[in-house]
Amino acid sequence: MQTSDEDLVDGAAAGDAVAFRCLLERHYDTIYRFAFRLIGRREDAEDLAQDICTLLPRKLKTYHRKAKFTTWLYRVVLNAARDSYRHNASVARAAAGFEEVSKLERDAAVETCRQTAWLYSALDEIGGDLRETAILVLAEDMTHAEAAEILSIKESTVSWRMMKLKEALKSIAKAEV
Amino acid sequence: MTDDLNKMRQAFRQEQASGPHLASRNAAIQAAMEKFELQESENNSASRQGTGLFNRLNQQVTAIAASFLRRFSMTRIHLKLPHLLAGGVSLAALALAVNLNSDVQYMFRPNTDGSAEPSPVLESADMREQESLEQRVVSPQTSVPSPGPMYGPGGLDGVGSSELVAAPPAEYRPPSLAAKPVERVLQRTRTYAAKATSGARSESPSVATISRDQGRDRFSNVPDNPVKRVADDPVSTFSADIDTASYSFVRKALSLGSLPPKDAVRVEEMINYFDYDYPLPAGDSEPFRADVTIMPTPWNAETRLMRIGVKGYDIERASAPTANLVFLIDTSGSMEAPDKLPLLRQAFKMLVNSLRPDDRVAIVTYAGSAGTVLEPTKASESGKILSALDDLSAGGSTAGAEGIRQAYQLAEREFEDEGINRVILATDGDFNVGISNPEQLKDFVERKRDTGVTLSVLGFGRGNYNDALMQELVQNGNGNAAYIDTVSEARKVLVDEASSTLFPIAKDVKFQVEFNPENVSEYRLIGYESRNLKREDFNNDKVDAGDIGAGHTVTAIYEYRPSAATGALIEPLRYKADSSPAQVGATDEIAFLKIRYKLPGEDKSRLISTPIGEGQMMRLMSEASDDTRFAVAVAAFGQLLKGGQYTGSYTYDDVLALARPARGEDLFNYRGSFLELVQLAKSADAMAPLKQ
Repeated sequence: MQTSDEDLVDGAAAGDAVAFRCLLERHYDTIYRFAFRLIGRREDAEDLAQDICTLLPRKLKTYHRKAKFTTWLYRVVLNAARDSYRHNASVARAAAGFEEVSKLERDAAVETCRQTAWLYSALDEIGGDLRETAILVLAEDMTHAEAAEILSIKESTVSWRMMKLKEALKSIAKAEV
Repeated sequence: MTDDLNKMRQAFRQEQASGPHLASRNAAIQAAMEKFELQESENNSASRQGTGLFNRLNQQVTAIAASFLRRFSMTRIHLKLPHLLAGGVSLAALALAVNLNSDVQYMFRPNTDGSAEPSPVLESADMREQESLEQRVVSPQTSVPSPGPMYGPGGLDGVGSSELVAAPPAEYRPPSLAAKPVERVLQRTRTYAAKATSGARSESPSVATISRDQGRDRFSNVPDNPVKRVADDPVSTFSADIDTASYSFVRKALSLGSLPPKDAVRVEEMINYFDYDYPLPAGDSEPFRADVTIMPTPWNAETRLMRIGVKGYDIERASAPTANLVFLIDTSGSMEAPDKLPLLRQAFKMLVNSLRPDDRVAIVTYAGSAGTVLEPTKASESGKILSALDDLSAGGSTAGAEGIRQAYQLAEREFEDEGINRVILATDGDFNVGISNPEQLKDFVERKRDTGVTLSVLGFGRGNYNDALMQELVQNGNGNAAYIDTVSEARKVLVDEASSTLFPIAKDVKFQVEFNPENVSEYRLIGYESRNLKREDFNNDKVDAGDIGAGHTVTAIYEYRPSAATGALIEPLRYKADSSPAQVGATDEIAFLKIRYKLPGEDKSRLISTPIGEGQMMRLMSEASDDTRFAVAVAAFGQLLKGGQYTGSYTYDDVLALARPARGEDLFNYRGSFLELVQLAKSADAMAPLKQ
């Protein structure tokens, strides 16, 4: 049986390098992928993912097993990504949502598939809280309850946001016709 | 789950690029493991106090030496070793910092007899790490040439070939796959180290410089104007543009040995960088006259080029309206580089020296030490202004609450009813001027423009340059955007062309061209992609457009295919019938040009219109004027830099062959420098790796 995340964290906190390594190997892809969806640019997401990984040895000490490890980890990535939007606020793009960042900085390689293109342009238009919620629920397959924990909001708020998201997508679809 | 949400879910699932690259995955995990081990050894040493200094130190040394060596092999660059050696450390005798406890660190050097001797040094392990990294990263930075020494007293006139060629390509990194991730790893380990030291420490300017100049230049991604079919879309409308920033930025990139990013190239700004001798208006009734020439296209035997130009009348400097200027200067830490604050200082000094006694100047700084540095002062007291400029320094706390509002307040306080009121913002890319939301910032600038205070932006430096925001602000602010890469450029923008940049003679200038389907089958506007207007915007006076300054020229070039020619790019619509001209007798015309403008102070636009036909046609390229042929050469160059989608097999050599004989008098050697730029592009192009 596989060792649980929580036990690996205990091992890492006790100085077990193998346990720590295991944690990294297990979760790097998730960290990167979530960061990438939030930020939209590969290089920045890679940088952020590395920053988070190197911060983990210290940060793990603040994980107190109140929530699932993955919930805690998603929160860490989300906060780091939001920090990086704020840092870029002086160049004034991400503060308003994803919109202009993606238009200016999208990797050409990313936009190969038409569906992907639709996806990101819809995300652009939606922006802000709805966007983050959409990524958690639809991309990362979280339940409303899990997403609520990560975002530190009520589950009902998540459900409400998903409804708003539906409306937004509908109006986007109408505009495209 | 509804269809829409499902669609989004599916799209996420299918998205290819959300998987990590192996290289960065490994780098991230490695870096984290090292940090883990470092932290563990710190913890262990702290807990094992009193078990014998030497044993303990030995264990730590081995652990840290191991981690250092691992770092070398992970990153695998030749750069690091020489730098480390240059820093007085050799692999055989590593000086290592060991964290014994939180207060005192010991650095020890193995002696020649094999024993080791500790000596106390008050540094933390992380700081040591950071310094050695700083050393590595600083060295490339410090070899960037400063513009000062290259321009001796006699060298200010024009850009000589020595300037461009002598600039060592310090920032040019060989485009190998190893270099990029390493740069970022260096940056990451440095920023991590910086974060790891006690939080409240503010970054020293040199550290801030490095973190900024790492490829965060931002440009809008606007696709090239497409070829349009006259039968479907015969009318083309665009706004005048007098900015020149793109040209200087391209020049800077090429002088450092690399091709500029495609999005940095705006062909119309490159063409408009140069002055052309279009005929001036006959009388006082109009501020300019339209001049059109048609010639064969050098890169396409089937098409022709229509070069439209207007030149605004010039005004005597002495009789120019009074200027009320506020310099809003970015003094954040990153401005300390030689091509930023020092160059900015020189630029503004030159401007001040060319003002007239009654003109007024105020200085407000932001992002570093924010606040009013100089209250509005008459240019007659130039000493006071110049010494305020001298006192500017980069760095300091990021108060930032003042800034743009303060600058406009000062401008409004000194408002010149009949004069020019302008805020000139000078920055390397930081726009935290006190309004953080970009939309709000743009709105603010637009509202102020309507009250009579305009905004210009001067860009400096590389790595943080935010061309996209600059362009938008300036379009809203009705000023101009320029990129200052050299002292010569500063002189051009702020002195030679000060009249034209400061004094508009026509506002909201819009062009509209209607092509005649009888004679033209397809057309394409070269450049002006970010200035396109909707057809109905032309007659709508509420829609803003560019201003033309005294003495300014604006040039636009269309490439069109005469209808008799074969090889049209666009197939005709199957179901829509082509219509014939409404105007009888207009069948011989090629196109009809309309220009709308407002005189300064007026709200209602005026119209100039002229038909374009055989009278403007030059059958041979050699019949066209030097100015026309040179403008076309610049247009070709710009298009090549953008990938040459429509220029067939035209090469940089072809551009040179076209431009050289068209140089004309070229008093300031601007055109001569252009020829050198093309040469640089040719070499940079040859060195570029496999084209993506």
